[in-house]
Amino acid sequence: MPHDHHDHDDDHALLPPDPALRVKALETLLTRKGLIDPAALDEIIETYAHKVGPRNGAQVVAKAWSDPAFKERLLDDATSVCADLGFYGRQGEHLVAVENTAEQHNIVVCTLCSCYPWPLLGIPPGWYKSDAYRARVVREPRAVLADFGVQLPDGQAVRVWDSTAEIRYLVVPQRPEGTDGLDEAALADLVTRDSMIGCGLANTP
Amino acid sequence: MSRVHDMGGRYGDGRVKPDPEDGPVFERDWHARALAVTLAAGALGQWSLDTSRHARERLSPKDYTRFSYYEKWMAGLANLLVANGVVSRDELAGGPPEPSPLSARRLPADRVAGVLASGGPSLREGPEPRFQPGARVRTRKPAGNAQVPGGHTRLPGYAAGAVGTVILRHGCHVLPDANAHGFGEQPEPLYTVVFDAADLWSQPERAGDEVTCDLWESYLEPAS
Repeated sequence: MPHDHHDHDDDHALLPPDPALRVKALETLLTRKGLIDPAALDEIIETYAHKVGPRNGAQVVAKAWSDPAFKERLLDDATSVCADLGFYGRQGEHLVAVENTAEQHNIVVCTLCSCYPWPLLGIPPGWYKSDAYRARVVREPRAVLADFGVQLPDGQAVRVWDSTAEIRYLVVPQRPEGTDGLDEAALADLVTRDSMIGCGLANTP
Repeated sequence: MSRVHDMGGRYGDGRVKPDPEDGPVFERDWHARALAVTLAAGALGQWSLDTSRHARERLSPKDYTRFSYYEKWMAGLANLLVANGVVSRDELAGGPPEPSPLSARRLPADRVAGVLASGGPSLREGPEPRFQPGARVRTRKPAGNAQVPGGHTRLPGYAAGAVGTVILRHGCHVLPDANAHGFGEQPEPLYTVVFDAADLWSQPERAGDEVTCDLWESYLEPAS
């Protein structure tokens, strides 16, 4: 039977203990060996710091709120619908959109690590990756929602999606009251990151 | 059977502390560098995503618990670099760097956008699915890799041995249990299975609430 260990499981302990220095040491070593290009690192950071983030997902949600036929296609095949809008790529190759309704509220987690739909929401916030969220939300989602100041009506069931494969989930929050006259851009402004994970609700105008 | 990362349902972690919606994407500069170094090193093609996930999971429980998120990434990456012969222990300890034959595979800045935008889909051709939507299925128990003791798997411990209902089928996907350990992709049908909270937890928070997991066919058997 194959083994799942080798002689030096603690190779990382050879690096400096301070986290910032650890990263610097690895970056310097790999750069000097010709294995990474520091300019490529800057480009990766620029992408996720400024280009790819939750405003992408908000556009998708606003479109779903505005256009029932689009929403139907999104709920049926989010991967191709989002790709048509230009939202595709790493950590979002297989997308599923789930809709919050008066009967069901959806929440997304990755209990085993930190899976998240990067092309739609960017890099996950700290709390999404925290032990407390990963450990608790599958067992007591309503108590976790209370940490976010959210209380659901008694009649609304909760479904927690533990994203354990490469399928990444987008929550389509309920459209807020009083938004009948708003166009897609104005609607997108009401869509928060947390509402697309299911730990918040969309803002009201 | 499980490792420290498999924490779904665990007690004792305290409250969740939300971050502001408009907070920075990277709280510290080194967080951003850690993410970028990890992606750029991954682009050398010496390991799969499944292998790198497993490298983080198999940090010692003590390290996994005390490390912050990106510290886990850095420790996992350092271990992977040595295990795959990309860097030596001497180099990691600060010794003089040797040239690497892999430098021809270095990700240049002008290819970053293309690589990030093209992703790495796990969908493959494979066998027809055995279960229909609506089928009642029981998950493997104990949870764990069927071939490698302590190996990678995507069946969380809390869902082991539970009976649920297939609600979605996703085609065939690379089996992480095999791919993480260099056994090839072995694609299998992938399903979303929904469980009633009362079938997972001794004191469910509310009757009728549910949890879903994405599970490969070999994790499942028919339940009637």
